[in-house]
Amino acid sequence: MAIVFERPKALLDVPTHYCPGCTHGVIHRLVAEVIDELGILDKTVGVAPVGCSVLAYDYFACDMYEAAHGRAPAVATGIKRAVPDSIVFTYQGDGDLAAIGTAEIVHAAARGEKITTIFVNNAIYGMTGGQMAPTTLPGQVTETSPYGRDVNVAGHPIRVSEMIATLDGAVYVERVSVDSVPNIIKAKKAIKKAFELQMQGKGFTMIEVLSICPTNWGLSPNEAIKWLRDNMIPYYPLGVKKDITAGEVK
Amino acid sequence: MAKKVLMKGNEAIGEAAIHAGCQCFFGYPITPQTEVAAYMSRRMPQVGRVFLQAESEVAAINMVYGASGAGVRVMTSSSSPGISLKSEGISYIAGAELPCVIINIVRGGPGLGGIQPAQSDYFQATKGGGHGDYRMVVYAPSSVQELVDLVQEAFDVADQYRNPVMVMGDGMLGQMMEPVEFKERQTTRNLPEKTWAANGLRGRQNHNVINSLFLKPEELEAHNRKLQAKYAEIEKNEVKYELYNFDGEVDLAIVSYGTLARICKNAIKMLEKEGIKVGLIRPITLWPYPKKAFDEVMDKVKVGFISIEMSEGQMVEDVKLSVNGRKPVFFYGRSGGMVPTPAEIAKKIKEIVGGAK
Repeated sequence: MAIVFERPKALLDVPTHYCPGCTHGVIHRLVAEVIDELGILDKTVGVAPVGCSVLAYDYFACDMYEAAHGRAPAVATGIKRAVPDSIVFTYQGDGDLAAIGTAEIVHAAARGEKITTIFVNNAIYGMTGGQMAPTTLPGQVTETSPYGRDVNVAGHPIRVSEMIATLDGAVYVERVSVDSVPNIIKAKKAIKKAFELQMQGKGFTMIEVLSICPTNWGLSPNEAIKWLRDNMIPYYPLGVKKDITAGEVK
Repeated sequence: MAKKVLMKGNEAIGEAAIHAGCQCFFGYPITPQTEVAAYMSRRMPQVGRVFLQAESEVAAINMVYGASGAGVRVMTSSSSPGISLKSEGISYIAGAELPCVIINIVRGGPGLGGIQPAQSDYFQATKGGGHGDYRMVVYAPSSVQELVDLVQEAFDVADQYRNPVMVMGDGMLGQMMEPVEFKERQTTRNLPEKTWAANGLRGRQNHNVINSLFLKPEELEAHNRKLQAKYAEIEKNEVKYELYNFDGEVDLAIVSYGTLARICKNAIKMLEKEGIKVGLIRPITLWPYPKKAFDEVMDKVKVGFISIEMSEGQMVEDVKLSVNGRKPVFFYGRSGGMVPTPAEIAKKIKEIVGGAK
């Protein structure tokens, strides 16, 4: 009988620590499928800093780094500069990338580092138990915004993809979502394109993935999917924010 | 023999690193070490290696973490406030057991402090700086030649023990020019292959992981014990110091390091003419601290020991631990960029010796 579905080689055969209903598993799988399909497992190095994905080094089969909070793009820069023929990706959450790691992501993009960032945005700090993130929506209740995020006190959410897209070193930036099968297929296509552009040495690539956190949102997975569609997508519109290859004849 | 060239300390650091096979340099401007980065920005591309100016000291040390984890020789340099920023990364590097060389050309603190020479980062360098139970080898050269030799040695020591090594000089050492020779050197150390490097599987069966996270307390304690065993090995093998003027009994023994130790030697010569005999213990490694140097000279010292520092009493704590109550310990220090003169050191010593006599 033909095997039509199996674990990607780029994922190890181990249980993960992610909560039931969490979409990290889906996103891990998409990255792993892309690594398999591009045949780059042998030279890929991943960097996962502090956050829910801090243990990603136990799940991906490629060489992996655990990095300090927010510092993954700098660590990835060091790897890529030291070993230019490696394929380097960072896998970062929104607390990590859009708060403590803002300088590192902006400057890695501005330098056009030939790395790929998978930016998982679920509008909350997951690992520490549901605190307000830079991407937490106005009015959203979290552990540290118990009355709802008041923009007069806590400021406004950051649309990271739009910000990074303004930088000349960024060659491809797209926001995707994993809330439905069609969107998961689109997400994979975007991740694959980002890795391909890195392999071609074009510059910095980032895919922002809107993701759910049922545990810390206090919702069932189904309710969380609906919440993402009703609240996150209107604030964080999906689509390509930057593509220097747009219009190129394939 | 290689030719002697006149070089500024900061530039000599860069050339020494290149001679030692440093493949990547990640820096950020800060006075008084900026010439290290400027020199590397010129030289590294000429030899086909990597120079990158980071967006911050925080980013620079994490680039070091990345490059070192990928298996190449890597260096960063900074000055005091910048080292504070790097301290998070240094703790991660020590925890993940990555080799690298960190230069600190020390200026006065605390806070933004000043830009003149100081030794006030002694605690930071030798007692941690970053969080957790880690140690870092710290070299304190006193001349540009010794700086060059120790920068090269630092790369070997870092690789041998998979540990960060700091070369710490005061602002004077970075800024002064002296003749130096870049010796053709062959390491006598047995440097292990970097089979742990995470640079892509490249045919390897199991993936390599660069990590300092151990969520299970048993595992973290076991990791810490392993680090401690390594540090004990370093303490056994890597202590360096100079003894000066101990050919017979001395009234007092100065303990001083770096360029200040040279000023102390001048004070010793001045005192000699007045019939006061003073010896000098010059620690070359600040960690591991040369405790055995004190044992060697203990019986020759009449009055006691004096720690002379360009800080407000930091190394004196290690002097007291090394003397361990066997003799009195005195202290003299200037700070904030004030450099003691031989005359004022001699005056202080006369006060102590005179009072004891």
